[in-house]
Amino acid sequence: MIPPAVPHHETPLPVAGRWPLFGAFALVFLIFAQVSSVLVSPPDRDMGHLQKIMYVHVPAAWTTFLAFFVVLVFSLLVLWKGRETHDLIAASAAEVGAMFNALTLALGMIWGRPTWGVWWTWDARLTSTLVLFLIFVGYLSLRAFIEEPERRARWSAAVGVLGAINVPIVYMSVKWWRTLHQLQSSPSTVDPAYVYGLRVNAFAFLFVLIYLVRRRYEAARLARAAEQLNDVAALGGR
Amino acid sequence: MSDASGKMKGRRRWAVAGVVVIAATFGWLLYGGLDKNVVFFLTPAELLAKGTDGVEVPVRLGGQVKPGSVAWDDQTLDLNFVVVDGVGEVKVHSTGAPPQMFRDGMGVIVEGQFGRDGVFRSSSLMVKHSNEYRPPAEGQRPQEMYKTLFKESPK
Repeated sequence: MIPPAVPHHETPLPVAGRWPLFGAFALVFLIFAQVSSVLVSPPDRDMGHLQKIMYVHVPAAWTTFLAFFVVLVFSLLVLWKGRETHDLIAASAAEVGAMFNALTLALGMIWGRPTWGVWWTWDARLTSTLVLFLIFVGYLSLRAFIEEPERRARWSAAVGVLGAINVPIVYMSVKWWRTLHQLQSSPSTVDPAYVYGLRVNAFAFLFVLIYLVRRRYEAARLARAAEQLNDVAALGGR
Repeated sequence: MSDASGKMKGRRRWAVAGVVVIAATFGWLLYGGLDKNVVFFLTPAELLAKGTDGVEVPVRLGGQVKPGSVAWDDQTLDLNFVVVDGVGEVKVHSTGAPPQMFRDGMGVIVEGQFGRDGVFRSSSLMVKHSNEYRPPAEGQRPQEMYKTLFKESPK
């Protein structure tokens, strides 16, 4: 397959602009959110200060879901319109989402060992979360294996859509099936003393997610532009 | 031109295939394809209802620790308690100190086998935490409860 002779940019290359500043803000806000929620909340009556893991595990899980929802939306756009920018946004969100997914699993295990008595068990919630992670690791390796950008975009969009379907399954798994993992907490099951920490950290993780996806997308666009220039040079153009 | 429309067709085929798979997966999940198979544990009532089918086969049993039923022998490390679900109750025997959060009224899941003598022999004990997070009431020191119950346990 011969690549296009001239690098074509559907939209101008993204620039860093004020995004590094936003990144600094996200980091400072995350530190503030963590420190304040840990200081403000009393120990839980059952698990004591182990409860604090809630302030990283739960926002990490929400952020994972959100990142894969972005993958879903942009993968559908790729299948519909076939634009490279959409493909690169989906890929960036998938990469960041997989990272948060791994974080969710790891933090959950750290909480599970002292609470449940086991690091891991094959209940529906844990298993489906692991499957979600593996699908997106597969998604990222698939991208690395396919050389041709258009095929890569289409194949990974298909996998991205199929992978994102698992998000509602993971979310609902604790309601649909009996699991060791508890049901979702809600303001009625969580004492107001802990709600602040969950809320403020949800925003902190959201900001970090936005920052990481944006910068990853910038990098992906630059990498693609460089590839295209290479192709042109290899064909002896300009 | 024909090449472009061919590509469009290919793409549409992918989209249709994707939608079909999505719909099929959801249909399967919602209409109970997995419902009966993915049961992580049985309640005491369900285990008892199985009769001899539930005896001496590897199974997970889940329920609450019946308050007042916990008996711990710090010499032999035997732990006996009763698991209830509001309907049935099953005696459980386990060995070794349980997880920190094990106490009266707590949710537990035990892995093991239900013996012919009516005692469930647990090889692994997991504590199921609810989705409730509350600070302790005035003067309540829940972590002390564990310590007073299991402090004698040799390592």
